[in-house]
Amino acid sequence: MTDAKTTPSPATRPINGPANWQTPPEKKQAVPEGLWMRCPSCEAMLYKKAVEQNLHVCPECEHHYRIHAEDRIDQLVDPGSFEPLWEDLGPTDTLGFVDRVPYKDRIVKEQKKTGHKDALHAGRAFIKARGVVLAVMDTRFMMASMGSVVGEKITRAIELGTKEDRPVIVVSASGGARMQESSLSLAQMAKTSAALARLDDAGGLFISVLTDPTTGGVTASFAMLGDLILAEPKALIGFAGPRVIANTVRQELPDGFQRAEFLQEKGFVDRVVHRKDLRNEIARLIDYAGK
Amino acid sequence: MTQLNEYTGNFELEFERPLTALERQIDELEAQSDPNRSATGLDPNVDLGSEIRKLRQSHTAMLKKIYKGLAPGNTVKVARHPGRPQAMDYIHAFVKDFTELHGDRQFGDDHAIRCGFGRIGPHKVLVVGHHKGKDTADKIKANFGCAHPEGYRKALRCMKLAEKFGLPVVTLVDTPGAYPGIGAEERGQAEAIAVNLREMARLKTPIVSVVIGEGGSGGALGIGVADKLAMLEYAWFSVISPEGCAAILWKQATPQTNADAAEALKLTARDNLKLGTIDDIIDEPLGGAHRRPSMMADRLEQYLVQALRDLKRFKIENLVNKRYNRLRSIGEMSE
Repeated sequence: MTDAKTTPSPATRPINGPANWQTPPEKKQAVPEGLWMRCPSCEAMLYKKAVEQNLHVCPECEHHYRIHAEDRIDQLVDPGSFEPLWEDLGPTDTLGFVDRVPYKDRIVKEQKKTGHKDALHAGRAFIKARGVVLAVMDTRFMMASMGSVVGEKITRAIELGTKEDRPVIVVSASGGARMQESSLSLAQMAKTSAALARLDDAGGLFISVLTDPTTGGVTASFAMLGDLILAEPKALIGFAGPRVIANTVRQELPDGFQRAEFLQEKGFVDRVVHRKDLRNEIARLIDYAGK
Repeated sequence: MTQLNEYTGNFELEFERPLTALERQIDELEAQSDPNRSATGLDPNVDLGSEIRKLRQSHTAMLKKIYKGLAPGNTVKVARHPGRPQAMDYIHAFVKDFTELHGDRQFGDDHAIRCGFGRIGPHKVLVVGHHKGKDTADKIKANFGCAHPEGYRKALRCMKLAEKFGLPVVTLVDTPGAYPGIGAEERGQAEAIAVNLREMARLKTPIVSVVIGEGGSGGALGIGVADKLAMLEYAWFSVISPEGCAAILWKQATPQTNADAAEALKLTARDNLKLGTIDDIIDEPLGGAHRRPSMMADRLEQYLVQALRDLKRFKIENLVNKRYNRLRSIGEMSE
């Protein structure tokens, strides 16, 4: 799991000033406050508005930034067509889990931060006039880890798609299963996969869209079970995290290891799709594979 | 059928240290009372027998006390005891005519997962089990029970055979987790596990799974989707190993944070039963399966025979529905 770095104060980074080569560039920075941002990939100084208008993709190097679920939904669906479902489902701390921070407090903090109950938004929607059930994960909420709520909503989305004969689209981005719910989280992997077995038996279509990062128990369950699997460029996709692997095998990881293009090369992703084409591609695939 | 031997190595669990002194004392007295082993000869005035009996009683009492209040972190240590019976031990103990099947027909034969036909009591079954390895060479060959994608694909290939030929499936889960390596990722570790979850959920034959030692995360679940999921009393089952959890949430894995993580993860059999993630607990002999492996094998065999008998009564469509509802119902949330 990664924490977003705090935004530097304007004093250390003059607006519209020359590139400040005296201080190291903000490496991990995604979308900071203020008018300007530095691309974490090519380090270009970018006008934030321009990035937003470019679907949160760097206009210089095409780096795809992580985006909020609301933005993702806006980008994919016909305007105003998203009808959210099961929004009241919220997490509970059944285990009484306490690490450095009690899970109970984490939940409250994350809910306050995001204004949402948990890390997944799901509902009916239309994509270029094709009716779908859409679920989108949001990494702002505990790295979009899958606990009972995420697992339940994914399962309900799949069941709804099965019942109403709508294609199911899930846009994944997740640090994996949520440790704070332990084996309850683990069980969500089996639950969501079982629901997909039923959708498959019913002849339904499941399109899995993998975005940065999709790892752990999410990859090892519904995310890898798409009839069709799309991925955004350079998205990190894997079972184990790169650090864990590097520690285990004690050797340098190959270039581009666990990136979307690598998975396509190895045969586990159908298509790497640029964000600007995602909506069109999904619609086209539905025309070929949907009922 | 082979009789399983008790552990004779010198590995010692830290929390059992008080017992070791007693065991040494008992051993010494036994040596003295045995005319063949006694160095000084027998003293007819000393009743060593009653002395030994007394020491044995206090040994048992102490063992009971230690295992009654076993901390989750220590349960994990028992689950990893080098003398703990492994899947192949149980297979040798009670699976008749075990006929091993190798390979996934795609890439290779993973020694971390073993599959084969055999009979358990009156039931012809397919047995699938993680294999951790017995000696060093065997352990390395089996990657210490951490399977690669080809292991999960072999398991699924064999389970599909079982479905085709009407054999129930028994899986014995014992892994710290699926292998995190370059080759494993290149060959689709996540995809292999995911496909197993989906296919086991709809496999048209009864499935019984038992976590016999370690039930680590997706690597365990990859052969653990079942109609009935049980755990041995001192096995652990969780979304991540305590060490992995400590490294992430406590920022470092030390003996203390590992123990804290084990506690927080609610990974014991009793906790899992409470959470509803497993259906049954199979009691272990006093002091853990490694002390009485044959007794443990008998209990596991009895459990499997009964579970298979129960599951075979269902019409297969009903059983698969029931399995779905079992998986579907797990999770805690507020609405």
